[in-house]
Amino acid sequence: MNALPCTIYVSFLGAVLAWAAGRLSAMAARWIALVTAITGLGLALHAASGFVSGPGLQTLVDSAWIPEVGVRYHLAADGISLTLIVLTGLAATAGILFSWNIEQRVGDFFALYLALIGGVYGVFLSADAFVFFVFYEIAIVPKYFLIANWGSTNREYGAMKLVLYSFAGSSLVLAGLLWAYAISPVHSFALSDLAAAATHFTVGQQIGIFAFVFFGFAVLAGLFPFHTWAPTGHVAAPTGASMLLAGVVMKLGAYGCLRVAMATFPAGLAFWQPTIAWLAIIGILYAGLIALVQDDFKFVIGYSSVSHMGFVLLGLAAANVQAISGAVLQMFSHGVIAGLLFAVVGRMVYERTHTRQLADLRTMPLHRLLPFAALTFVLAGMASMGMPGFSGFPAELAILIGTWKTSPLWATCAAAGVLVAAAFTLRVIHLSFFGTTDHSHSHVVAHTPHPMPRITWPERLGALLLVGATVFIGLKPDHLLAWITPALQSPIFQAMMHGGAQ
Amino acid sequence: MSSDFLPLARALMPEATLILGALIALAIDLIAGRNSTNEQRLRTAATLGSFAIVVALYHTLRNGALGPVYGGVFLFDRFAVATRIGVLVLAQLAIVLASGTSKVRNAAEYIAIMLLATSGLLVMAAAQQLLIAFLGLELASLSLYILAGFDKSRRESAEAGLKYFLLGAMSAAFLLFGFSLLYGLTGSIELSIIARQLASQPMTPLLVVALVMILVAFGFKTAAAPFHLWAPDVYQGAPAASAALIASASKLAGLTLFARLLWAGFWPAAGSAARMDILPGWVPVVAVIALASLLVGNIGALAQTNVRRLLAYSAIAHAGALLLGLLATRRAGPGPLFYYAATYGLATVGAFGVIGAIERQGRCEQISDLAGLHRRSPLLALCLFVFVLSLAGIPPLAGFFGKFGVFAAALELNGLGGYIGWLTMLAILLSAVALYYYLTMLKQALVLPPASDATPIKVSGEAAAALLLAAALLIVLGIFPSAVLRLI
Repeated sequence: MNALPCTIYVSFLGAVLAWAAGRLSAMAARWIALVTAITGLGLALHAASGFVSGPGLQTLVDSAWIPEVGVRYHLAADGISLTLIVLTGLAATAGILFSWNIEQRVGDFFALYLALIGGVYGVFLSADAFVFFVFYEIAIVPKYFLIANWGSTNREYGAMKLVLYSFAGSSLVLAGLLWAYAISPVHSFALSDLAAAATHFTVGQQIGIFAFVFFGFAVLAGLFPFHTWAPTGHVAAPTGASMLLAGVVMKLGAYGCLRVAMATFPAGLAFWQPTIAWLAIIGILYAGLIALVQDDFKFVIGYSSVSHMGFVLLGLAAANVQAISGAVLQMFSHGVIAGLLFAVVGRMVYERTHTRQLADLRTMPLHRLLPFAALTFVLAGMASMGMPGFSGFPAELAILIGTWKTSPLWATCAAAGVLVAAAFTLRVIHLSFFGTTDHSHSHVVAHTPHPMPRITWPERLGALLLVGATVFIGLKPDHLLAWITPALQSPIFQAMMHGGAQ
Repeated sequence: MSSDFLPLARALMPEATLILGALIALAIDLIAGRNSTNEQRLRTAATLGSFAIVVALYHTLRNGALGPVYGGVFLFDRFAVATRIGVLVLAQLAIVLASGTSKVRNAAEYIAIMLLATSGLLVMAAAQQLLIAFLGLELASLSLYILAGFDKSRRESAEAGLKYFLLGAMSAAFLLFGFSLLYGLTGSIELSIIARQLASQPMTPLLVVALVMILVAFGFKTAAAPFHLWAPDVYQGAPAASAALIASASKLAGLTLFARLLWAGFWPAAGSAARMDILPGWVPVVAVIALASLLVGNIGALAQTNVRRLLAYSAIAHAGALLLGLLATRRAGPGPLFYYAATYGLATVGAFGVIGAIERQGRCEQISDLAGLHRRSPLLALCLFVFVLSLAGIPPLAGFFGKFGVFAAALELNGLGGYIGWLTMLAILLSAVALYYYLTMLKQALVLPPASDATPIKVSGEAAAALLLAAALLIVLGIFPSAVLRLI
């Protein structure tokens, strides 16, 4: 457990080493990146193996940092952060495996990639709002360069849009946090101190601060109507980066909503709860319906991410133990599944067919040309639909049951989203992998003159890792729930649920 | 007034060293420089100048906070000492960059005038009396006018010098007029006596006129809107090292001087804008200037295609945030303001250093001239990355904590219970706008490929060292802000 902060330092160190190694040899940079990511995952799993979940955060590091403004370098973890740290380790490792074919400026790519990962680990471990915010912003800037340098379709536009949305969101968060800090009697940014001070704020102040902080984070979590950066950004990003963006970075937003906004300002949650829930439901349905009519393979996955993140936000808004447990489980589940889907689309299929248009893919019998990709995508698609046996099922079920307890109407509306998800997933599986080779529609591409390159070992390994994770959690969700649920018994979360739920 | 000259001489050793250094640089150039190339002369003068600054820095550190000197004409408190250290470090960087990047003729004069400007800035940092304040300001300003127009081979430089001089002279006239009215009202040029006198006086129209005139000069010095019009032209036309000095050290010393004048001298006339009912005084006026600067700077920068003009508009936007820090100084102490101004100066010196290094071998006017910098010179690209992101306020670079500290201090005045709180909120949200134009610079430098005729850039050793030092300072001070805050 006490080695967890090393995930942060190892990642930043790996970033510097990868950058330096990239000047000499591309292969060295790749291996350094992979070793760094595996070390991070190993540290996370090692911490997890001896972890006994309990209510409240377990402090890992706590030392004075900037005493002049009352900032402490305070890192701590509970079951929720541990879940997400394991997810980060998985997604980072798989993302590097799927980025093995990056040839241009390899050192720079992996340096930015690992810097982003380091920021993400830092966010999940922070117990001080200032530290949280610093790591949160460290995770923003690398995204721009990852997309703008190594991306595809419309990459400069997508990168700028994504970064400006993220940064505007983080400005809102900063504004809210500074406001809370300024009116709190204690000179401290510790989340527990802020929560204690918040009980003395007027309801109006709590509502205002909550709005700044929650919606600032929700931008990154893809809450409707602030989600528009997500599809364009995901589509423009290189495969490894879209796996991280959808897999981990969107979770930063949701985690911030839970840990900072909701837990600290419960009276604000009580006021905004219906608004958030309805926005989340609109997001689930709207993004799902848009995904149903996309022509571009990657856009389907991009919108499906927004739709699935809607479930996370709905679970958070329902504000009871079961729904929030489900939301955290869904964060893990979606992180794995979205990574897998983007890997198949961006790496396995696009790099070989050079098209993402469903109309073109339809004319290729991809299930015969790329059987491994087809198998992986079908598995990921089933997980994404929420089929039993995969991690999506217990997560969405827990969210829907939990939401039902707060409001049956919300749960019913959201359940319709599950059907929409099944529809767009089946449609895209059908069109992309099991299209017809009917020669009446055939294009030039139909008779692909060159055989497709074989699926490489890093791809197989990465896919295996992620499929293994989703099946494992699908069969044994208790493994994660045993971490998450006790963490929600902490006094801060209990106060949130009693102040928040009607 | 007890006139004991020995402590005075000791306290002003740094200034004396700088002036002596300037004279020696000129003399050596006159004697030995006849037969050497321009580059050698520049290098000799810069070495002497650097040495003078190091000695001045040593004296500053050894003297420490002496307190009031020469009957309170100077006040060497921790704020003044920190500012003097900051000014010296920034001037040192500018001089090293000048020797590494510039192509000016009459190199010894250039360095000597930079030293004179620096000594003026040092005086400003410690002045506790209107006359000394004005003297320091004018010594610095007159030197800076010359520095702006020093590049005789470019028309833009002449334009910059002339514009800076005309507007600067006008603002000096305003300042002097304001000071004289104040003297008439209070009968003294000592800040402590002025404060005592003002405390017993109502807000008369004459006092309002005096304060407004002083604020005009202040706005000019810090490039705050609506007195910012000189900044884009001067930043664009002046030699890179001059622009670096104008944008960094001069701003830092100016802010220290005016923070002292306004809070130590004119606090009885401060008024307040921290609540919804405004008390008349200079605080609401400064708040309006801050608002105008934030809007003009951030929105104006969006439309720029020239790198230096972009930096100028970003400087205007930063001036707005710095003024917020000034307003919070009474409550939060000068720490946040100083930290912001000093680290902003570091990042700006660095950015102008990168521009200067590129210009040495080609053009660097349009933002698109930065294209492909990562291939032309990875070192410059890396340094520019750090400087620009620090200006944008991205952690863990120093620019982030600068903004953070100032905004926190401004909000602590009265939360969102008054206009300053809302102004701070606006400033925080505008930083997202600012990120856009900073990223357009970085996009050219780090993402796009170089133009077809672009060549690799060779960076001289001293320029590389100065840039790396500035970048390293921004990172270290950003991670450990207490190192600076403890100085104050």
